[in-house]
Amino acid sequence: MDLSTNYLGFKLAHPVVPSAGPLARKLSGIRELEDAGAPMIILPSLFEEQIEGEEHVLDHYLNYGTDSFGEALSYFPDMTRYNTGPDDYLNLIRKAKESVNVPIVASLNGVSAGGWTRYAKLIEEAGADALELNVFYIPTDMHLTSVAVEQVYLDILKTVKKTVGLPIAVKLSPYFSAMGDMARRLSEGGANALVLFNRFYQPDIDLENLEVVPHLVLSDSEDVRLPVRWAAILYKHIKADIAITSGVHTYDDALKGLMAGASVTMMTSELLHNGTKRIREIVGAMGEWLEQHEYVSVAQMRGSMSQVHIANPAAYVRANYMKVLQSWRADTTGVKK
Amino acid sequence: MTPTREITTIEGNEAAAYVAYNLSEVIAIYPITPSSGMAEYCDQWQSEGKKNLWDIVPVVQEMQSEGGAAGTIHGALQSGSLATTFTASQGLLLMIPNMYKIAGELTSTVFHIAARALAAQGLSIFGDHSDVMATRATGWAQLFSSNVQEVMDNALIANAATLEARVPFLHVFDGFRTSSEVMKIEKLSKEDMRAMVDENLVRAHKQRALSPDNPFIRGTAQDPDTYFQSRETVNPFYAAVPTIVQNAMDKFAALTGRQYHLFDYVGAPDAERVIVSMGSSVDTIDDVVKNLAASGEKIGLVKVRLYRPFSSEHLIAALPKTVKKIAVLDRCKEPGSAGEPLYQDVITAMSEQWEGAPVRVIGGRYGLASKEFTPAMVKAVYDELKKDKPKNHFTIGINDDVGFTSLAYDPEYDIEPQNCVRAMFWGLGADGTVGANKNSIKIIGEETPNYAQGYFVYDSKKSGSRTISYLRFGPQPIHAPYLINKATFIGIHQFGFLERYAVLDKAVDGAVILLNSPYAPDQTWQHMPAPVQKQVLDKHLKVYVIDAYKVAELSGMGNRINTVMQTCFFAISGVLPRDEAIEQIKKAIKKTYGKRGEAVVRKNYEAVDMTLAHLNELVVPTGAAANGKAMPAIVPSQAPVFVQKVTAQMMAGNGNLIPVSALPVDGTYPSGTTQWERRNIAQDVPVWDPEVCIQCGKCVLVCPHAVIRAKVYEPGDLAGAPETFKSTDARWKELAGQKYSLQVAVEDCTGCSLCVEVCPAKNKSAVGRKAINMEAQLPLREQEAANWEFFKTLPEVSPEVESPAIQGMNFYNVKNSQLLQPLFEFSGACSGCGETPYLALLTRLFGERIFVANATGCSSIYGANLPTTPWSHNAKGRGPAWSNSLFEDNAEFGLGMQLTVDIQTEIAQSLLKDLRDGVGAELADGILNAPQTNEVEVSAQRKRVDALREALKKLPQDDKVKNLLHAADLLVRKSVWIIGGDGWAYDIGFGGLDHALSTGKRIRVLVMDTEVYSNTGGQSSKATPLGAVAKFASGGKHQRKKDLGMMAMAYGNVYVAQIAMGANDAQTIKALQEAEAHDGPAIIIAYAHCIAHGIDMAKGMTQQKLAVESAYWPLYRYNPALREQGKNPLQLDSGAPKIQFRDYAYNETRYRMLTQAHPEEAEVLMKAAQEAVNEHWKRYAELAAK
Repeated sequence: MDLSTNYLGFKLAHPVVPSAGPLARKLSGIRELEDAGAPMIILPSLFEEQIEGEEHVLDHYLNYGTDSFGEALSYFPDMTRYNTGPDDYLNLIRKAKESVNVPIVASLNGVSAGGWTRYAKLIEEAGADALELNVFYIPTDMHLTSVAVEQVYLDILKTVKKTVGLPIAVKLSPYFSAMGDMARRLSEGGANALVLFNRFYQPDIDLENLEVVPHLVLSDSEDVRLPVRWAAILYKHIKADIAITSGVHTYDDALKGLMAGASVTMMTSELLHNGTKRIREIVGAMGEWLEQHEYVSVAQMRGSMSQVHIANPAAYVRANYMKVLQSWRADTTGVKK
Repeated sequence: MTPTREITTIEGNEAAAYVAYNLSEVIAIYPITPSSGMAEYCDQWQSEGKKNLWDIVPVVQEMQSEGGAAGTIHGALQSGSLATTFTASQGLLLMIPNMYKIAGELTSTVFHIAARALAAQGLSIFGDHSDVMATRATGWAQLFSSNVQEVMDNALIANAATLEARVPFLHVFDGFRTSSEVMKIEKLSKEDMRAMVDENLVRAHKQRALSPDNPFIRGTAQDPDTYFQSRETVNPFYAAVPTIVQNAMDKFAALTGRQYHLFDYVGAPDAERVIVSMGSSVDTIDDVVKNLAASGEKIGLVKVRLYRPFSSEHLIAALPKTVKKIAVLDRCKEPGSAGEPLYQDVITAMSEQWEGAPVRVIGGRYGLASKEFTPAMVKAVYDELKKDKPKNHFTIGINDDVGFTSLAYDPEYDIEPQNCVRAMFWGLGADGTVGANKNSIKIIGEETPNYAQGYFVYDSKKSGSRTISYLRFGPQPIHAPYLINKATFIGIHQFGFLERYAVLDKAVDGAVILLNSPYAPDQTWQHMPAPVQKQVLDKHLKVYVIDAYKVAELSGMGNRINTVMQTCFFAISGVLPRDEAIEQIKKAIKKTYGKRGEAVVRKNYEAVDMTLAHLNELVVPTGAAANGKAMPAIVPSQAPVFVQKVTAQMMAGNGNLIPVSALPVDGTYPSGTTQWERRNIAQDVPVWDPEVCIQCGKCVLVCPHAVIRAKVYEPGDLAGAPETFKSTDARWKELAGQKYSLQVAVEDCTGCSLCVEVCPAKNKSAVGRKAINMEAQLPLREQEAANWEFFKTLPEVSPEVESPAIQGMNFYNVKNSQLLQPLFEFSGACSGCGETPYLALLTRLFGERIFVANATGCSSIYGANLPTTPWSHNAKGRGPAWSNSLFEDNAEFGLGMQLTVDIQTEIAQSLLKDLRDGVGAELADGILNAPQTNEVEVSAQRKRVDALREALKKLPQDDKVKNLLHAADLLVRKSVWIIGGDGWAYDIGFGGLDHALSTGKRIRVLVMDTEVYSNTGGQSSKATPLGAVAKFASGGKHQRKKDLGMMAMAYGNVYVAQIAMGANDAQTIKALQEAEAHDGPAIIIAYAHCIAHGIDMAKGMTQQKLAVESAYWPLYRYNPALREQGKNPLQLDSGAPKIQFRDYAYNETRYRMLTQAHPEEAEVLMKAAQEAVNEHWKRYAELAAK
């Protein structure tokens, strides 16, 4: 059975890829992922805001109260170095490249045009094989138009492409008014892959303390349907590879993604819950399923259930909605369980 | 200077530490101002793995006290190491016992001393020679340095000499003036050190050491038969020292070209009037001599370098034969002596060895505690010597209108060269002015051929402190160890200073002024006070204006205007061409902040780039006159006379002008003077919202500066209230119908916002608003100042109030205690201080009847540093009786107070028993048997004692009656509270604390545990937790925190509590109440968040809560009284860990920075710290469960 797939210009042994997440935060984790069969490593994001925020915080507290009082001109020893900035991240790339054989994809979340290019360049110099742009952007400004928001994505891609020669994946949020157009423009703008979709941590309200608190909920298989739908719609319409992420937990989740048109299916929650051994288990089960169903390769199956390849393309659009409504009606009558 | 050596711009402490580190194997350290810097440099270099001359990294060991450091050095030396330490002031005094031993055993070592005043009528951190003079009898050589270059040079010369002489050396330089002065110098190389230090002598030192392979006994006890002769055996060694030192100086001169002598003479070869002096003063005198001698004055100066052993022969040889009169200057005072030490030495030398015509020798004192010593004063001394009968035992630099010792001088006398740029900068501690100036000196000193000097003066406040930087630059070497009297450039970094200080007084005609103004260049003039406008016009000042805060904000610098103002300085001062200056500033930024990250560098660069576009010349309207507003009064007119005449002068920066007669003779000052100082340092202040408020009192409790007050009063009391005065119905069942007000003293607030952080009441329609919210101070200032004045007129609530409702109230809870008047207010502590809320609370609860023994440290500084002090009194004149003895003896000091209370109470009771019939049996028995277990009972007793006084007055006034009248106050229960920080309680004062607790006396101890030596800048103590970074523990503390509470519990009869106000305020009050009530010793260990933790101080109370939730800081009370009731005396008041230790710790820079500097080590230590927390918690849980 040929499970191989191509993504970002790399031929991968199979399409089950750990998405950017905490498992690859350290070299030991990266090694573990490779040993567990990961065909590609996507590092957690380098957050420009966090890095620079940490630098400013360090600077603030090292300055705080200094040179104010004759007996205490400072409050901390002056360290030789503080490992601020992207050094740790870049070292991780370097060490990962030395230690594992699978492609290393760095991930970057910038906040400024200068930040995107500065860190992209450093990432390339550190030896990453590709770069995923984790464009994390909640447009809270009431006067910011959708056109302007879309342009931000395109501009980031453009500047990064200009700066580095690496294959570039763009990780998107699902909240575009015109996802198809957006995806097309990104693909035409040089994105080598689109990653569907970014998963935002939604804040929660603490009723007792009247506070807004961060709330992290790991995905489940229900979540996979949104990226699967868009993979199916985008397949063949864009040049860029498609990766789905969010909600891939089982071999059948992965199969659905591939059939919709994804080149790779990415997961983190499942690996966090049940360990990295799940990669082999899922790949094994996927292979068995393909054999049982007489497929010869992943390539053969990829996109087979995309919008362009199914008998009723409307199934991914309005008909899909209608079907759901019908099944819901049937359900309430007790006819269908 | 030879070009082969590195030119560097450093402070005196670094110069000394550099040589000391290179020439030592063992370094014992302990923090004390102003020598701490030397220890910090060594600790830092050790942690960086820097190697010494012999290519090893010396051991740097922090000790529990200077006495401990000296003992450690003694041991290290005796066992063959090259060892050193650094100290000053009382620290040196603690070393004296060991110094006798080290000298008696003829041991080679050099201690480096940043000479400092000793605490007498008051403590001073500043420089003079009192400390080293107190060690004259120890047998140590003393070598004095006058400036930073000499500090480095003499550090080496002393080391070379001690190895040969076997006599130990004190290497002395003036605290602050030299230790902290930044100066461009030539750095000695390791080759220089190798050339000076004879390896044979090093080996000889090691061969003399103790060794089991060559055993001998050293340190015997000697009987009358041999002690005396043994003492005389060392004489040849002392006799040899002068020659050895001179030889070393000559060798050094051959190496470097800098020639020193034991006594260096400068001046006219035929001088008739000569000053003999030492320390930094000689540079000032030298300048005057050169100036006056050039015009033909026959004057000269002898610079004393080797003060001990005192070589009369060399002194006499140094003096010109023509000398007729000598003035000897001493930077110390020996009351009751025939004269100060150097004076007496010179007199003796002259008497023994001078063979010329008779010479008149006079002595004088100068410069105590860094009192300025200027060329004008030097001239006055030379002028005095012109007189037939010059004044002996004079003072110079003060106005002694009591003893009439002082010489008059002309303060306008000036000899500074015209080509020297003299710049002054007025800044706030928080705005980064000093840091920027230190950078500027480095730029000019190291990147240009110019010489540079910087000196920085700080006020005594820890919040909103004012700094003045004095910078000199010029083509010639600068030896001017005195403040700038005529400035060619003045930077005023805070607009508000214009109406508080005479900022332009020192400006020369045509000086360049840089003003940070919130107003536009054409709007600024009208906001300047009239006296400032007048100086601008009269002195033809060229004033530039920039809104530095705006530029700082735009460039992401927040309230740090350092880079902006530095750029302006270079742009308009002309010290460097503008472009070159900008380039150098950026280079310095990269060097200073590069380690912290590119983003930090970028924002500074942005600040530089944006600055020039915002810098403009002040627009002075055509024909402008000085018609601005008048300067406000320093203190209000209702302030007491002493405050008006003395305190206000100090506040205005005119303390130097106060004559001797105006000052107390014994260091006794009135309490409660902070109320007269309106600092107005907060940009934002809390504003009360009565609609949302639940009147819980938490904001009142946590306010570090006691600026938030609550009162309950009758509605009728509101008559005459200002329109904006807020009031609402009191939410107390027992006080129904009364009104409640929460008032903020906005002019005293530091804007920390701890109050907002702890406020539990949120606005139901907009949860971002609470019952107390921060708002801009300026628009509220006038209105709230008036409200505060009105608020003060409302009656105070106290258990003494004749109201059954109030007397029935339990004041030992948060809600009710808010109504009590704090007798500790408006201190100069850090904004958001974690210590002072405990003190304010303590005084609310028991302030009227406590003695306070305060260990030296943060609390003694914010508690008693002049000009104004926060320990206060109430309208009846009662309040805490406060005093400070030393750092190390505070428990003993407090115990002594308690012994007094005990014996004097006993005497009063005995007298009362004797006079029982006279005053009435009922009254006497009532007093003698009064319970006094709470404040209501104490208040009842006070009334009985008032009645007793009245009764006594009616009796025949014999001695017994008079004595009882005098002692009657003791019949009202008094308590002694011994307070201090962890440096005292865990380290230097632990022996005394332990003993005081062991006595069983009713002492109460409050340890405000900040887990570092906060006052001296955050050095590690035994209270510092595992895993935290502190100075002297730069790699993170590897040992666990000492469990002081457990140690105290071991006595069984000691009440022990651990508290954290931010975690459980009710438990805090309960512990204070129980400690006060305990019939025996009591100790409370209070978590005090601190600026040295590297936290957002507004979150201090939250951090306390997290510390408790992680079980790092379990709350408990160990009450021996419970055992008598058959109960477990240990009660845990906090629960099992709810969060990981890291969730608390990593909010703090002290822990977090290790993850940045040494991530792997941080992980190891964090794991160990969590284990320590777990074990500690388990132990307490088990003990409490028994």
